[in-house]
Amino acid sequence: MLIVDVEKRLGEFAVATKFESESGVTALFGPSGSGKTSLVNMIAGLIAPDRGRIMYRGKVLFDAAGKVNVPPHRRRFGYVFQDGRLFPHLTVQRNLEYGRRRYGLRRDRAEMERVVGMLDIGHLAGRRPGTLSGGERQRVAIGRALLMQPQLLLLDEPLASLDASRKAEIMPYLERLRDETGVPMIYVSHHAAEVRRLATAVVRMESGRVAAVGGLELLDGAPADLSA
Amino acid sequence: MTLLDLTPDEWVAVRLSLRIAAWATIVSLPFGIAIAYVLARKAFWGKALLDGLVHLPLVLPPVVTGYLLLISFGRRGPIGAFLADQLGIVFSFRWTGAALACGVMAFPLLVRAVRLSIEAIDRRLEDAAATLGANRGLTFLTVTLPLALPGVIAGMVLAFAKALGEFGATITFVSNIPGETQTISAAIYTYTQVPGGDAPALRLVIVAVVIALAALVVSEWFARRAGTRLHGG
Repeated sequence: MLIVDVEKRLGEFAVATKFESESGVTALFGPSGSGKTSLVNMIAGLIAPDRGRIMYRGKVLFDAAGKVNVPPHRRRFGYVFQDGRLFPHLTVQRNLEYGRRRYGLRRDRAEMERVVGMLDIGHLAGRRPGTLSGGERQRVAIGRALLMQPQLLLLDEPLASLDASRKAEIMPYLERLRDETGVPMIYVSHHAAEVRRLATAVVRMESGRVAAVGGLELLDGAPADLSA
Repeated sequence: MTLLDLTPDEWVAVRLSLRIAAWATIVSLPFGIAIAYVLARKAFWGKALLDGLVHLPLVLPPVVTGYLLLISFGRRGPIGAFLADQLGIVFSFRWTGAALACGVMAFPLLVRAVRLSIEAIDRRLEDAAATLGANRGLTFLTVTLPLALPGVIAGMVLAFAKALGEFGATITFVSNIPGETQTISAAIYTYTQVPGGDAPALRLVIVAVVIALAALVVSEWFARRAGTRLHGG
C-alpha cells in the first residue's frame, strides 16, 4: 500500500530508506536520531527527498525523476506530532474541526461524537489548548487528525513528551484507534513495549537506514528503550 | 473646559489629522503585512535592498522623503502624472497626498512590528495546518495572521501615532493648506509663528496628547485581549 524508497541528505546525516507497508499499524522502530521523524516528514510531504519515490495505494505522491511532489495539503495523511501542535488561538472544538473544514468535508455529527467519545475529549470542547494537560492535548491532536478522515495516520512518538502515567493514560486510546477505525497507521517510536502493544509490522531503523523489516519478532532482544 | 473650546478651524485640523492618519494606516496595512511576511519568511535576491528601502523613511530627514514624494508623486512627477491621467488620483496639495506622506513615514514602524510577530510564530504550526489540508493562503489566513494579531495591532497603533504626528514630509510634499493639508502638527506650527497664537497652539497640543493616550490605551486593551486568547483562558 505505502511504498517508500527515498534518499535525503540533512547536513552530515543522510536518510536512505526503502520499505513497504500494508494496512494495520507499521512501527518505525529505532533509536533517537535514526531518521524516523525525517522519514515521516517526507511521507507527509513536509520535506522533499533528494531522490526516490513515495507511492500510496497506487498513486505517486513523490517522484524525483518525474518531478512529482504532491503538497501536504493534498495528501490527506493525518499527522499526530510529538508535541501536539494544537492551534493555540482556537478552542479544542475549532481545532478538531480544522481539518474537516479545510478538506471541505460535510459536518458529520455521528463521526464527531464517535471520535470525541473514543478519545474522551467531549468535556474539553470549549477550552483552549494552553489550559490542557499534556495527555489531553495529545488526545485532541489525535482527534483532530482522525476527523479529517485521513487515508493514513502518521504518529510521530505521540507519547514521547508525556510522563509514564500519562503514557499509560493514552495507550488504550491508541489501541482503540487501531481496532475501531481501520485507518492504516505509521507509528514512530523507540519504545519496544509501545511497539509490541500496537504494531502489526515493524520497520527497524538504524542511522538513517532500514535495518530490518518484519513482524513483532524483530523486537526480540531489543532493549526496552532504544534511546537509553 | 474653556481650554478645549476649539474654534471651527481647529476642529477642521483635528478631524483632518484623524482622517489622514486613519487612511494612511488602513491603506498601508495590507502592503505592510505582505512585505513583513516576505521579509520574515522568504529568502530571495534583493531582500536586503527591500529591507533597506522600507526602512529608508526612518533614517532619511523627513524633508528629503517629502521632496522625493514631490518629484515622483507630484502633478508633473512620473508616477503622479500617470495616476492623475489614468486613474484620476491626485496627490499634490490634497489631503490624499498628506495621507500618502504619512503612510510612507509610518510604514517602517508597521512592517517592523508585524515582521517581529510573524518571526515569533512557531512555523511547525503552519506545517500542522498543511497536513490538515490548508494550502498556503489558508494557512496564512487561519494560523499565521491570527497568531500575529497582537503585532499587527501594535504596528497599526505605532503607524497611526506616527501618521498623526508627521510633519516634515507632509509639509514638504503637500504644503500647509488649512482645510486640505493642514494637520494638527502643521496648525500648531503655524500658530507658533503668529502673535497671539499661544492659546490655540496649546489647545491643539492638549488634543494631540489626548488622542495619543487614547490610542495607546485602546491598543493595550486589544493586545491584552489577543494575548489571553493565545495563552489560554
